[in-house]
Amino acid sequence: MGDAAATRARLSQPDAVTGGSATEVPFRGAGFRAGRRRGTALMVFVLLIGLAEWGTRAGWISSLTLPRPSDVLATLAELYRSGLLFEHLLPSLGRLSVGSAIGVFMGVTIGLMIGLFSIARAGLVPLVAAIFPIPKIALLPLFVIWFGIDEASKYALIAFGTFTPMVVATYGAVDNVDRGLIRMGQSFNLRWTSIVRKIVLPGAMPGLFSGLRISLSIAIILLVAAEMLGAEYGIGAYILEAGSLYDLERLFAGVVILSLLGILINAAVGQIEQRILRWRS
Amino acid sequence: MDIRIDGVSHAYGATEVLRDITLDIGEGQIVCIVGPSGCGKSTLLRMIGGLERPEKGRILQLGAPPSGSLNPLTYVFQDFALLPWRTAAGNISLVLEDHRLSEAERQSIIRDVLARTRLADFADALPKQLSGGMKQRVAIARALAVKPAIMLMDEPLSALDAQTRELLIEDLVALWQRTPFTAVYVTHNLSEAVRLGHRIVVLSRRPGQIRDIVEVRSDLAARSVADPALEAHRLRLWHLMRDEAAAADAELIDG
Repeated sequence: MGDAAATRARLSQPDAVTGGSATEVPFRGAGFRAGRRRGTALMVFVLLIGLAEWGTRAGWISSLTLPRPSDVLATLAELYRSGLLFEHLLPSLGRLSVGSAIGVFMGVTIGLMIGLFSIARAGLVPLVAAIFPIPKIALLPLFVIWFGIDEASKYALIAFGTFTPMVVATYGAVDNVDRGLIRMGQSFNLRWTSIVRKIVLPGAMPGLFSGLRISLSIAIILLVAAEMLGAEYGIGAYILEAGSLYDLERLFAGVVILSLLGILINAAVGQIEQRILRWRS
Repeated sequence: MDIRIDGVSHAYGATEVLRDITLDIGEGQIVCIVGPSGCGKSTLLRMIGGLERPEKGRILQLGAPPSGSLNPLTYVFQDFALLPWRTAAGNISLVLEDHRLSEAERQSIIRDVLARTRLADFADALPKQLSGGMKQRVAIARALAVKPAIMLMDEPLSALDAQTRELLIEDLVALWQRTPFTAVYVTHNLSEAVRLGHRIVVLSRRPGQIRDIVEVRSDLAARSVADPALEAHRLRLWHLMRDEAAAADAELIDG
């Protein structure tokens, strides 16, 4: 009891040590930490759109440069009311989902083979590196010859565009699976298929998801290119038609739809990712 | 089942890591291998379990593993090696799923080993929710689940803080008291070695050779932190290792 009192007495007299001149140590650990700022993104959007609206109304932005945001909104509303929105959106969504499903599936399959078998790695990695930088749009005429002017060529273009990033992401993800876990599996005599199914695949999931995000964004970009040829309906076709008529309101309405589509897909992937990768710390 | 290490030598390229190691590991004993860092003790352990092949010499199993042993040579790793996407029970289940066991048998093994490692309440916890000590308990439970003939423990407590290490040592002693198991226990921590080892093999620095084998005869449960006899053993080991460790420490690492 006496000891405790003595300790307290010592602790309560810091000035005895410093000789009276006590200054607090300044805090310098701030910054460089990503914090959550809710609503900031919305503010930026509102500010930019507000600026455009003001400029086009006041006249210091000519209507040839930028359409009035409220007009774009009106075009969107009209598109929705007339039912044309879904007539354009549904074929596009179909092309997007079929094309990217084929591309992602093939990409993951080839990526896994490269990740698991050295012979596949030796044979295919240079090929993928050669294919990756080809602008897929340049191959569009070829795809039309190969797959016809119908849906098949559009699927093929989107599939081809999503395939290469998915291959690279997949074998990178497999390479990044903790070797210690694989050695653990071997030390417990797990079957090869068990190690692949229960250790390699789940371990590669985080990498697969980041590849998926990139691939799906590329798919949206390629959608417009795919609809350049022989598409009557589709968001891409709608934008291209508006562009050739220099109808800025409709052009921007289409662009807004694509942007929203991108945000929605990204959010959906994020949701699925969070659910599947709940084990991540 | 015993293990005989018969004249094992090994080199990685030009770097000789082990030289002519001959050692018998008898049933029911914990053999600790200590040595300065880089002396090849982990390499030796990987060879005993068949994860690496010695360049010269052989590793022999003497006798058949006990019936019912699913994986006679079983590792406990320093970094636990738990699948982060599986719960504690799921991680144990993983090593049983490739064996022909009924669901009920599997569940009863999992329950049994979780109870033995005092983890019954944590069966459904993911590794990220567990402390380091708990994770290593799960890894030990996983090792016990396959009924090993010999446990190969590669610095199992090195990633833990001193207090947790003490608790885990007590747990291991209690486990051994209940059912004596055979183990090769690699460590650089001499206190751990004298607490857990029946025999302590001292390796020299690279290339690792057996410098001495110290027998500690006292009962595992009777050993405690402040035991003067253990302290004497520890000091003796330290004298054996001191110069080697200093020399190993001063070596340049070849790029």
